[in-house]
Amino acid sequence: MSEYVFLYRGSERPTSPQDAQQIMQKWMNWMKELSEKGHMKDRGQPLEPIGKVVGRNKTVTDGPFAEVKDVVGGYTLIEARDLDEAAELSKGCPVFERNGFVEVRPVMKF
Amino acid sequence: MDHVDSLFRHESGRIVAVLTRIFGVHNLALAEDVVQDAFCHALEVWPFRGMPDNPSAWLMATAKNRAIDVLRRERTARTFAPELGRFFDSEWTLVPTVEQQFAPHTIKDDLLRMMFSCCHPRLKEEAQVALMLNILCGFSVREVAGAFVASHAAIEKRIGRAKQVLARSQRLFDLTNAKELDARLPAVHRAIYLLFNEGYHGASDESPVRAELCGEAMRLCALLREHPQAATPASFALSALLCLHAARLPARLDEKGDLQTLFDQDRAQWDHGLVAEGQHLLEQAATGSELTEFHVEAAIAWVHATARCTEETNWKAIVSLYDQLMAIRPSPVVALNRAIAVAQRDGPEHGLAEIRQIADRDRLAAYPFYEAAQGELELRCGHHHSAREHFQTALTLARNPSERRFFEQRVSECGNGGASIKR
Repeated sequence: MSEYVFLYRGSERPTSPQDAQQIMQKWMNWMKELSEKGHMKDRGQPLEPIGKVVGRNKTVTDGPFAEVKDVVGGYTLIEARDLDEAAELSKGCPVFERNGFVEVRPVMKF
Repeated sequence: MDHVDSLFRHESGRIVAVLTRIFGVHNLALAEDVVQDAFCHALEVWPFRGMPDNPSAWLMATAKNRAIDVLRRERTARTFAPELGRFFDSEWTLVPTVEQQFAPHTIKDDLLRMMFSCCHPRLKEEAQVALMLNILCGFSVREVAGAFVASHAAIEKRIGRAKQVLARSQRLFDLTNAKELDARLPAVHRAIYLLFNEGYHGASDESPVRAELCGEAMRLCALLREHPQAATPASFALSALLCLHAARLPARLDEKGDLQTLFDQDRAQWDHGLVAEGQHLLEQAATGSELTEFHVEAAIAWVHATARCTEETNWKAIVSLYDQLMAIRPSPVVALNRAIAVAQRDGPEHGLAEIRQIADRDRLAAYPFYEAAQGELELRCGHHHSAREHFQTALTLARNPSERRFFEQRVSECGNGGASIKR
């Protein structure tokens, strides 16, 4: 098994309380499923949408680091057989239903 | 009911109620934005850190912090609640004032205050109900439209206009004004009653939505009972009525999703816990001298709920209760129900005679069960041809698929000689 990071990017706001409820439920279910199938290494953390970029010449500027709508909202550390399986696992993420996407990156081994 | 399923909806109502108190009712939209921000924040955090031990408190605290930010940022650009506004000018008083408004014991009153505010006399009853569903129960425009089987645009307009009326009313309802509270309480009762009926008899065929509406009406009515001045015998009677009707909900549809009349329902499926609760509430309602329509309707529901079957129902008592109801709040629908009870007591031809004597029965023309009731009674008299005609008319008036299936079945039963009808 190898380790991979899911970076969650972009996601639309809920349209109603019921909508928020459903999104939350989907996230909880998905996270639970990853754990139960033994893929979850670390649930990870949410990231604030703000920050600073320190440029090549060490000048400090406020974010954004990407398009605002594609900013990383959080990360999770998972275990999978290979990159293909990791990518396949990410497809269950509720972020896709909110017009977001997942970046899957292998953790370097050596 | 499981509160996790409705956590966000219910918290939305609670938080908006608190925030409009702080921001002022004219800033209702701002309050709704803050709620949405709090929900977004929960969606960002909870998936990674798990559900907090007390999700309600978490959402409330998040909303409170956002509210403090908003007050700081916009205190020069906006006016907030007139009675609190001056406390927001200074950092010394801003945070303590907001903290105070978020204290648990004040939140309950905030919900009640908002409920009374939604029943503004300048709003029609259906607008009051839509507003309560949207603000207090956290239903979106789409969900309210689904419940009323109305177009999204129509409900959006209705809620939008109602919110304008509310925002222009300057102040939220004053619960400490005993005279005004007494005066508006009947409107609040009507709105809760309509909300429940929308769930119970409503035109929507989506049963989960409908059961939820009934649950919301019961929740709002329970809030009335917890406030010393709103806990009138009428409030208890209404609560009793809702409990006793809700007790029959599990049996209203059979396993195929077909509508079952009171006569055909499997009474073992009734919720006997709710029957007991309804009975207890009805006893508590029996104080004072006021006899409201809710008392009488609850008593009727109680007679049904405690009878083992149609034959063992005390129809004599039911007819006399309907007589009382006609005296308090006469309507053609009440008269129709009375006629059906008379048919049970004295026989179908007497019931039909009563129906023909309903004063303003032309107002029932679009009501499918007016035709269906006549169909049933004609059938019991052995008049298959006439029964069939009534059921066919009822079929053209059906408001949802389960009503349609129900009348179709009746029409076909008339065709084969009504062999399966025995009552």
